[in-house]
Amino acid sequence: MSEGHSTYTPTSGLGRWFDARLPLPRLVYDSFVAYPVPRNLNYFWAFGGILSIMLVAQILTGIVLAMHYVSDTHLAFGSVEKIMRDVNSGWLLRYMHSNGASFFFIAVYLHIMRGLYYGSYKAPRELLWILGCIIYLLMMATGFMGYVLPWGQMSFWGATVITGFFTAIPLVGTWIQELLLGGFAVDNPTLNRFFALHYLLPFMIAGVVVLHVWALHVVGQNNPTGIEVKSKTDTVAFTPYATVKDAFGMLVFLLVFAYFIFYMPNYLGHPDNYTVANPLKTPAHIVPEWYFLPFYAILRAITFNIGPINSKLGGVLAMFGSIAVLFVVPWLDTSKVRSAVYRPWYKLFFWIFVADAIFLGWLGSRPAEGSYVAMAQVATLYYFAFFLVIMPLLGLIETPRRLPNSITEAVLEKNRGSGSAHPEGAAASPETRG
Amino acid sequence: MKKILASLAVAGLVMAGSAAVAQEEGHSAAEPTHFPIHKPVQMDWSFAGPFGTYDKGQLQRGLKIYKEVCSACHSMNLVAFRTLADLGYSEAQVKAFAAEYTVQDGPNDDGEMFERPGLPSDHFPSPFPNEQAAAAANGGAAPPDFSLLAKARGVERGFPTFIFDIFTGYAESGPDYIHSLLTGYSEEPPAGMEIAEGTHYNPYFIGGKSLAMAPPLSDDQVTYDDGSPQTVDQYSRDVAAFLMWAAEPHMEDRKRTGFRVVIFLLLFAGLVYATKRKVWAGVAH
Repeated sequence: MSEGHSTYTPTSGLGRWFDARLPLPRLVYDSFVAYPVPRNLNYFWAFGGILSIMLVAQILTGIVLAMHYVSDTHLAFGSVEKIMRDVNSGWLLRYMHSNGASFFFIAVYLHIMRGLYYGSYKAPRELLWILGCIIYLLMMATGFMGYVLPWGQMSFWGATVITGFFTAIPLVGTWIQELLLGGFAVDNPTLNRFFALHYLLPFMIAGVVVLHVWALHVVGQNNPTGIEVKSKTDTVAFTPYATVKDAFGMLVFLLVFAYFIFYMPNYLGHPDNYTVANPLKTPAHIVPEWYFLPFYAILRAITFNIGPINSKLGGVLAMFGSIAVLFVVPWLDTSKVRSAVYRPWYKLFFWIFVADAIFLGWLGSRPAEGSYVAMAQVATLYYFAFFLVIMPLLGLIETPRRLPNSITEAVLEKNRGSGSAHPEGAAASPETRG
Repeated sequence: MKKILASLAVAGLVMAGSAAVAQEEGHSAAEPTHFPIHKPVQMDWSFAGPFGTYDKGQLQRGLKIYKEVCSACHSMNLVAFRTLADLGYSEAQVKAFAAEYTVQDGPNDDGEMFERPGLPSDHFPSPFPNEQAAAAANGGAAPPDFSLLAKARGVERGFPTFIFDIFTGYAESGPDYIHSLLTGYSEEPPAGMEIAEGTHYNPYFIGGKSLAMAPPLSDDQVTYDDGSPQTVDQYSRDVAAFLMWAAEPHMEDRKRTGFRVVIFLLLFAGLVYATKRKVWAGVAH
């Protein structure tokens, strides 16, 4: 949609001088003011903006926390407590940062769900989707390493378990694990390199975000109908329409975020992480942060050997595979229709998939014993079947509902349906909101 | 009608909760595999809820319990004497309190370590010189440090309670656990259960069926000068509240700030929503 040429006209002499030398104001104007967005976007499209402010908030609080944090196994736990007790507003920074990680993941999961539901990964948005997957992968690495830094019991044992995955890889596994750890076990070198990487990765995320937004501005936004923008009436200007709607979505999100920071800041954490790491004392149940639980359940669901692959390697492959499969989603989905709104069967399987992912998360928090294992195996099977069987087959056999000819037609149709008091429908029906 | 629905909902929750508990306790009573055997009893705490504040009198009583009973074995390394001003003590009182302790300092100009009375800037000294000494004096396991205990202990709430907790704002599982543990020694172990030599049965203990710590409190053990009942139950509440303060000294500030932030966000969101309605009024979407 950026095929239209720029409509930016500098009004001042200084503006014209600048524009002729470095057209940065023009870039900002074209990207965030005049940029045309589909008129029918709903609040799920606010999560891109929400994720941007979460990234900025994490980097800002993180930089200040790093000024007080000490990455030494003898001092790390105490330095975090010093932040909590003695640094001015240190408790606020620390709780913002630790809960911020959780809310970053809440937002990214809703963002991914939105993409899967409305088919936002389909041509021409494959690269946009893959860049998003890379951001998600970097977020996971950052979140994991950040959780190690306070050097509590779960930090230490979580790091021990997760770096242990790599030993399952044949031939080079142990070498990779020792490279990650900087030794034979989680210790001071591990903490130091994790701190360095935890500081580095967010800036790499920011870099990939730039590419993600660039790709978005080339192909344009998808929308709830999944129909490409065809004419000027299909879109509205980014400012004020999308800015004000996104701003409202962000504020509602921040309200929930604030509720957790100020009233239940430890709800999403684990009590064991308030006990200093002790390599000689294993916690009763080692669990990762909540946002990794579905993958942890998939890892532990593989309790059997498959040919030459033993259960440990099988579990690790399944876990990495569950994320890797996201990268090829654009080519797994064979349907010509993007949006689940017009795909009754896909819609059903999509919601089962969402329930399945949440169920896997709950199973990840349970001990891997008894009936939990069997349930995790069934849920893992559906997780993969959704991508590898349902997505390719459904596109071939499903009969989609009739698609409107354009976004404008879809909007007018919807407004006629909901607001019968407005015969013309188009002009004004402020009470119907997308 | 609303009331009937609400009470139905509550009854449903209670039944679901007790069903979950029953399921948890479905295993053999003599050989339990999941701990604690009983979930902690939920208490009313002055610091619960969005407007909760610490009861200073209670914190002072809790400090007394800690000083006269717990501190014989449990350290509290992260808490400085100066922060006791939060409990309502004057600067002079804090100074006098700190001076009752002896703190090792040094080396001085002669290279010698020396002992001096505590200062408000000092932290509570440990009862043992190091962790090994603490472990050796306590049957092989060092008693846990108290600074963060109220946040470091929490019994899993289970499904679906953990979801309701978000809406009720329940964040007191630590003090609930501590209170239940301290008052939980009186129960007799079920018939057939073997209790290891030198340990004490406590169905509220998170780590097993019994623990090495003997019942630390008894009625009338500590004298209260404010007329509060001198019972194990009251002692336990007071020390649990004190430990919550020790673990989360800025809680009151946090909740106060939170209220202002939430009010601001609500007003701002309301204004932005009105603006959004106005901006989109002419556009079908």
